[in-house]
Formats: sequence, C-alpha cells, structure tokens
Amino acid sequence: MSVQARPAIPRSWRPETKPHKFCPGCGHGLILKALGMAVDELDLQDRLIFACDIGCSLLAWDFFNIDSIHTHHGRTLPVLTGLKRVRPELIVVAYMGDGGAYAIGAQHLVNAAARNEFLTVIVANNSLYAMTGGQMAPTTLPGQKTETTPYGREVKAAGAPVLGPELVDSIAPTGAYIARGTVASMIQLKNFIKKALVHQIEGKGFSFVESLSTCPTNWRTNAAETWHFLEKEMSGYFKVGEIRQ
Amino acid sequence: MAERPLTGERRAFMAGNEVLAWATLAAGADVMYGYPITPQNELMHYWTRLAHRFGREFLQTEDELSAGFATIGGVLAGKKAFTATAGPGNVLMQEPLSMAEMMRLPVVVIVAQRGGPSTGTVIYSQQELNLTCFGGNGEGFRVVYSTSSHQELFEYTLKAFNIAWKYRFPTFILGDGYQSKMYEPIILFDPEERGWEMVPARPLLGLPGRPGEEREPVHLRNTFNLEEELYEVVMAAAGDYARAAADLAEYVTFRADDCELLIVAHGVVARAALAAVKILRQQGLKAGYFRPITLRPLAEKELREAAGGARLILVAESAYGQLERLIKPSLYGLEQPVHGYFRPGLGITPEEIAAEAAKILNSAGYGL
Repeated sequence: MSVQARPAIPRSWRPETKPHKFCPGCGHGLILKALGMAVDELDLQDRLIFACDIGCSLLAWDFFNIDSIHTHHGRTLPVLTGLKRVRPELIVVAYMGDGGAYAIGAQHLVNAAARNEFLTVIVANNSLYAMTGGQMAPTTLPGQKTETTPYGREVKAAGAPVLGPELVDSIAPTGAYIARGTVASMIQLKNFIKKALVHQIEGKGFSFVESLSTCPTNWRTNAAETWHFLEKEMSGYFKVGEIRQ
Repeated sequence: MAERPLTGERRAFMAGNEVLAWATLAAGADVMYGYPITPQNELMHYWTRLAHRFGREFLQTEDELSAGFATIGGVLAGKKAFTATAGPGNVLMQEPLSMAEMMRLPVVVIVAQRGGPSTGTVIYSQQELNLTCFGGNGEGFRVVYSTSSHQELFEYTLKAFNIAWKYRFPTFILGDGYQSKMYEPIILFDPEERGWEMVPARPLLGLPGRPGEEREPVHLRNTFNLEEELYEVVMAAAGDYARAAADLAEYVTFRADDCELLIVAHGVVARAALAAVKILRQQGLKAGYFRPITLRPLAEKELREAAGGARLILVAESAYGQLERLIKPSLYGLEQPVHGYFRPGLGITPEEIAAEAAKILNSAGYGL
C-alpha cells in the first residue's frame, strides 16, 4: 500500500486550471481553498454543483473538478434554486461577491433566505467592485476611497455598509446556518464552510457564509497595508464568527 | 409513477390559460417557475391545482428575473422547465433568456402579450413581438410560435418542449390576453397516444461519475477571455439556427395563389384576416392571406413567393408595425407597396380589415 503525501492543493481542485486567474494577493484563491478542503473532507466532489456569479468570482468557473455553472450578475441564487428544487440529491454552492449578493442580487438573497432554500451561499466581501475597476460596493467602509467615492464613502450620501450575514439573520427562518469568516483565519473559514455544507446535506435549511477578503489591486495597498485593512478596518466593522449554528 | 394527465381524447370548452396548463402537463413539463402577472395568471392557478396530482413541481419566485433564471436551473438539472409571463415581466425575463440563448438552454416560455408598457391594458396586444423575437443582448436565436386558436395553444405547447430539447434554442408560445381569457372548444389528448415522439430531457449538470477522475467536469460558462472565443460560440449557434430554420419555419396561406391583395397577419389577428379574405372574396375582391406561425424563424422564402404574386400587401397587427418590420427584409426588392393597418393595443375585427383592404384596392385601381 503506497502512502500518498498530503496534496499541496485540495483534491477537488482542477490542477489543469492552476495557477488560478486571480491577482496576486487576492482573497478568492484562499476562500476557494477553504471550500476545496471542506469538499474533500466531506467527499462531495461527485454530487456538488458549483455556481459562480459575475465579477471576479466568475474566474472560478473552471476552478474545480466539479460540475460548474457560471451565471449572470446576482442571478446565481435563482439558478441554483431552480436546480436544487428538482434535483434535491445534489449539493449546491453559490459563489459570489458582495455586489452580487447585497446589491444587484439582493432580492434573490432575501427571498432565498426567507424561503429557507437548501442552498449554501459563499460571499466574498472585499469592500468594493473589483472586476469593474474598484467602485463602491454595499460593503464599502465609511470614508473608504473607491472610484465612485473618490473622496471617501459618506454615509449620509451613500448609506452605511451592508452587514450581509446580519441581514440574512433577520430574514431566515429557524434552521438556517449563518457565519462570517475571513481569509485571515483559514481553518476557521474552512470549518464554517464545512458546517454550512453539512447543514445543506442534512436538509436543515439555508446556509450562508460571508468571508472577508482582500483586493490589493483595487485597494492599491502593499502586503502590509492589505493585511492591516483586512485585519483592522474590515474586521472592526464586520464581526467575524458564527451568527447562527 | 404518477398518473398521466390525459388519456384518450377529451373534448372541452375552456379558457386559453387552462388549455396551457393541460398542454404543459401533457408535454411532460416537470416544473413551472412563475411570478404573477396578468393575463397569464390563471395558467399558474391551474398548474398549482393540477401539478401535484401528476408529480410536477411549482415555485412562485420573487420576480421574473428569478423565474427565468430558476427555469434555467431546472433545465440544467435535466428537467422540462417552463415559465409564463407578460408585458413588463417579459422585459425582465430577457436577461435570463439572453443567457439561455447564448448557452443553448432549452427553456420554454409562454408569453401572454398585453398592452405596454406597464399596467391596465391586458387583453389586446401584439406589442411584444420585438421583445419576444429579439429581446436581450443576443442575436435572436429563438423559436417563436404565434398561436391563434386554443387547439394551437395546446398543440404548439406540446411541440415547443420537443423543439426546445431537440434544437436547444429557447422556445416561445406567443399568445395574448385575448387567447388567455377567451373560451373555445378544444380536443385535449396525450401526445404519445397520438404517436408523437416526445423528446426526452437530459441533465446538463450533475452527471454520473466523479468529475476529474471518472469523467471530465462540466464547466458551463458565459465568460470569454478572447473576442474570438465569443465569436466562435455565436457563429456556431448562427449556423445551427440557419440549418434548423427550414425545419422550424411554419406558415399558413389562404387564397394566396391568385390574390391581388395579400393580407399578412399573425396570432389572433390572423383569424380576423382570414375572415376578412372570405368577406372580400364574397364581394368579388381578390384577397388572400399569409400567416407566419413561427415569427422566428420566419418562412421567408414562402412569404416572398406569396407577396411576389400579389399587387398589394396589407399588414394588420395590434402593434405599430412590429410585424411589418419583421417581414420587410423578406420582401426586399419587390415592388408591391406594403400598407400597414396598425392598431397597437386594440382588437381588430374582420370587417375592419376588409374595409381597409377594399379601400386600398379601390384607391390603387384594383377594386370593383
């Protein structure tokens, strides 16, 4: 019996599409690593459907050795709702950014959560629209400079940052799983995602994990500044932890 | 195994929306995703009452975007999924339909046209021709059946699922509020009992086997790294559409072979046009008619032949020239003048078309 070394990358990843397409320092690769590890540990590769949105999340369309569908901006939840309703044996993961989840697709998030759809939603929160060049997102912090808030986000004019998991918590019925992780704490993030998937497998209800993520390209930060923004600014506003178990 | 919705022939007198519910059941539709909008509502009402008896599913979504994208999800899962909409719902539906068109997803959509743009007028309209044929950011690779009777609503709905799953273009039943609400006699039947071959659905995602190890993963995308990649996908679809067009295009003519005036109309207005031709012929005026059943693809060659044999063409529609614009490229180079009888959002009677036709014929010197 041969002994295999622990793979450097999750087994469910697709090696042919690596290195991945995300920018250096981007958090997406880490969130997808946490997802890959959770999928491996639960041995879900042959019954998972991975669906990605528009924005940088779409670059994950061929990321896994998993059947995958790339949808339109904000529309990943209705596609998976339609799929899961008629193939309940499949485990489905919606992967999207904060813009897709909390702005253009907000009505789908609110209603999928309210109906307690058996979906697992993973939202990368990097505080801005990255693929389009760094505009304000629902999650942009007060005072944060983006291309559409060049002098900093004014809460009076542009509203306060959306707290996604807390929003879902206010809507989802009993049975939902809701957490916020961060790419700064990978084992915790992997465990949150794993619990979300188990929640769906056990048919308990809607499961939702937001992960704080990084975008040095649009933040225009070096490594130290990126880490500071993630760990101090974002984690200060968006509280990491499980909201509902 | 749930019982079959229909056995033998069932003669009935029912509203168009009820006909559509029976048609989708008989076609083997597995699931409807819908959002309330007049005049298609009763289709949902009948579906929600009937579907569970036959093991079918329903979900009322939060809007038409969601209904359209959930229909896509149902199709990806390998189920015959459909939705129904109208008016502003049809506008919202164009986003998922653009995705379905580009990704060749066999969604079936029933459109009950209503007067645009928002609310109040929900019976007479053919104002959703442009939207249904060419809406969205795509090229209009769609199959659109414009029905004009309840029997057609039933039979073309059966056919729509077969066409969608065979050719993998989004397929539409383009009706209207009048057809949805009107009562008419109809014969319902099970298509397989009649010898129809029903095209099965098959899953596009969630296939058997461990992806990456026992088989390649399915990676469906709508994103392209290079312009040339997008170009190749669109051109492949264009080629498939052009090759299928001859099989798909349907039309009806009446007295078109020896007419001086050819009336072109579609949908419920074509009934008035047919009756108008009979009135005009009784008056000794040589009228004929051409009715495209498929608006996409259009029976271009046959239309051109019929038009080429006439001296004048009259397009009658409950819209301001949407059908006229659709057919004019097929008539390019012909010298016959094209007259429009445009009644956007209004019903059209045989007498009105006959009067208009007689006026045109007389003023051109072809009358009595």
